[in-house]
Amino acid sequence: MSAVSQDTAVNTGRIARTFIYLLLLLFALFYLLPLYVMVVNSLKPLSEVTGGNMMALPQTWTLEAWKSAWSTAQIGVSPTGLEPYFLNSILMVVPAVAISTVIGALNGYVLTKWRFRYDTIVFGLMLFSCFIPFQIVLIPMAMVLGKLGLAGTVPGLVLVHVVYGIGFTTLYYRNYYATFPTELVRAAQIDGAGFFRIFWRILLPISGPITVVSVIWQFTNIWNDFLFGVSFGGTSQPMTAALNNLVQSSTGVKEYNVHFAGAIIAALPTLFVYIVAGRYFVRGLMAGSVKG
Amino acid sequence: MGFLDIANVTKSYGKLEVLHRVDISIEEGEFLVLVGPSGCGKSTLLGMIAGLEGISSGNISIKGRVINGVHPSKRNIAMVFQSYALYPNMTVAQNITFGLEMHGVPKPERDKALGDVAKLLQIDHLLDRKPGQLSGGQRQRVAMGRALVRDPDVFLFDEPLSNLDAKLRVDMRTEIKKLHEKLKTTIVYVTHDQIEAMTLSTRIAVMYKGYIQQLGTPKEIYDTPANVFVATFMGSPAMNVIPAKVVVTDGMPYAEVKDAKGAAQHLRFSQQNLTAWDGREILLGIRPEAITDPEGADRKSNNIVPLINDVIVTEPAGSDTFVTMSLSGKDVIARMRADTDVRAGQRFDFAVNMDKAVAFDPSTEERIKP
Repeated sequence: MSAVSQDTAVNTGRIARTFIYLLLLLFALFYLLPLYVMVVNSLKPLSEVTGGNMMALPQTWTLEAWKSAWSTAQIGVSPTGLEPYFLNSILMVVPAVAISTVIGALNGYVLTKWRFRYDTIVFGLMLFSCFIPFQIVLIPMAMVLGKLGLAGTVPGLVLVHVVYGIGFTTLYYRNYYATFPTELVRAAQIDGAGFFRIFWRILLPISGPITVVSVIWQFTNIWNDFLFGVSFGGTSQPMTAALNNLVQSSTGVKEYNVHFAGAIIAALPTLFVYIVAGRYFVRGLMAGSVKG
Repeated sequence: MGFLDIANVTKSYGKLEVLHRVDISIEEGEFLVLVGPSGCGKSTLLGMIAGLEGISSGNISIKGRVINGVHPSKRNIAMVFQSYALYPNMTVAQNITFGLEMHGVPKPERDKALGDVAKLLQIDHLLDRKPGQLSGGQRQRVAMGRALVRDPDVFLFDEPLSNLDAKLRVDMRTEIKKLHEKLKTTIVYVTHDQIEAMTLSTRIAVMYKGYIQQLGTPKEIYDTPANVFVATFMGSPAMNVIPAKVVVTDGMPYAEVKDAKGAAQHLRFSQQNLTAWDGREILLGIRPEAITDPEGADRKSNNIVPLINDVIVTEPAGSDTFVTMSLSGKDVIARMRADTDVRAGQRFDFAVNMDKAVAFDPSTEERIKP
């Protein structure tokens, strides 16, 4: 795998460069503004939010809103805070991402290195699944989950997201492995390695960049999914459904500071994933020739 | 029954047959080169020996054991690929011993085999590097090391030198030849480069359009090509193939060709049975080195025929000078000694060594055998 050259910038003069940096800084600040508003207001007491300036820093710094959002806020009918739903989301996201990524990698491996008759049609059909809107599958999916006895459970949600994610993960891995010389697989066959051994020893070690892409993509999509969570979550609804219940409640006072804190909590895991793995994301996209 | 037998083997994709009834049998220690232009089926045949391609009909056997359907790793073969196919995530040492590891060879034995091969190929100092940190020639050595370490019955080489630059290619060619002389292993080698085929092989199979055109020693292939394709494919510059008419005078067969001015010139054949072709058209095949100046002619030849013709162009190549003339409307290349005094436009005395000439039947393009 040849590394993508980073050195593509045109040489510019000092003045032009200063101007470019200033402009970039301005845009960066502009884009960070919503985050600033959320963080600042989540650290204020409610009276300051409703009575004061949205942009102002808190006069009294307090973590009360965060504590409330996490453990005591009214979600639907019970005052549990977001904590149990956050755990539901984790329990759903981790296996769903892992399973769909592993299956995608195996699919990509088979579709490029163990080609069979009509494999392109199979791949085409899998690609098709990337274009099916969520809403269309709601009712058939509900029936299947009901038949399997998984309706309203975390494993049910995992299944839904795995099924929906395989199309994307297969696409990523297939395109990535397509650039990988088939002669290597042949050499390994002659060396005596079998199907899984070749995958494990030869292909997986070079799959880092595309795995990052797949994990980020799947993690963000599954974590942020609302429709499936709300439809099939039942008693084990994920974070997104809970956040909606928190923010959209039509009774009582609107506790904006709690809402801000809850929204940040809901967004933190995806932020974390991007910060940790983000720099590999673009590299992986380029390497696999998948333009995201 | 040879060491490696390819008996009546065909390969088809659906209804399309791409290899037609191939029969090759080689002895232990032979160096067989499969040579031909792209798409001739040579790599497919190699893949079938390796077990990477299925065999549609016929049998391939090694040491008398039929290996159709036997898994590649159980055929006791090793292969060197065109792209070297080194595992990018493993070090050189891991690359070389991967096959042994897969075959369950214990670590101490693997290390010993690795040491031997590394010393043989002089890659001891590279063992801890990754393939990405190696030059083309070094990668080539590692790829060979990976094959050698297995101590297989048959080595398969798939155009191993085609990714190297010209100079390195010549060096590695010599190394492969040395290695073969030293180890006396059986090798099947695929290339499209006829010089590689000539220099390396003990036997050559020239392939074209899925057929073995000719199987023989390099000398047989070069001196007595079976047909026009083999004659023009092997040798550089290619053999001159000139339309000519057989004329019999005093019981002797002559080839009548037209020189640059359109005048008939007669070249006496050494091959007596061509008298049967009296008055008919043939294709006359003459290698460039069989056309020289009179002083440069082969003294051992019994039949040097003089030929006067116009020189169209000369190409001094350092070691030789190539001279182009026109016979029967075709450009004909002669290979002269470097210091021959010959200039374009000159009327020049050529000497044709007709002992080395061959004749082809124009309808079948097969050689007319003596």
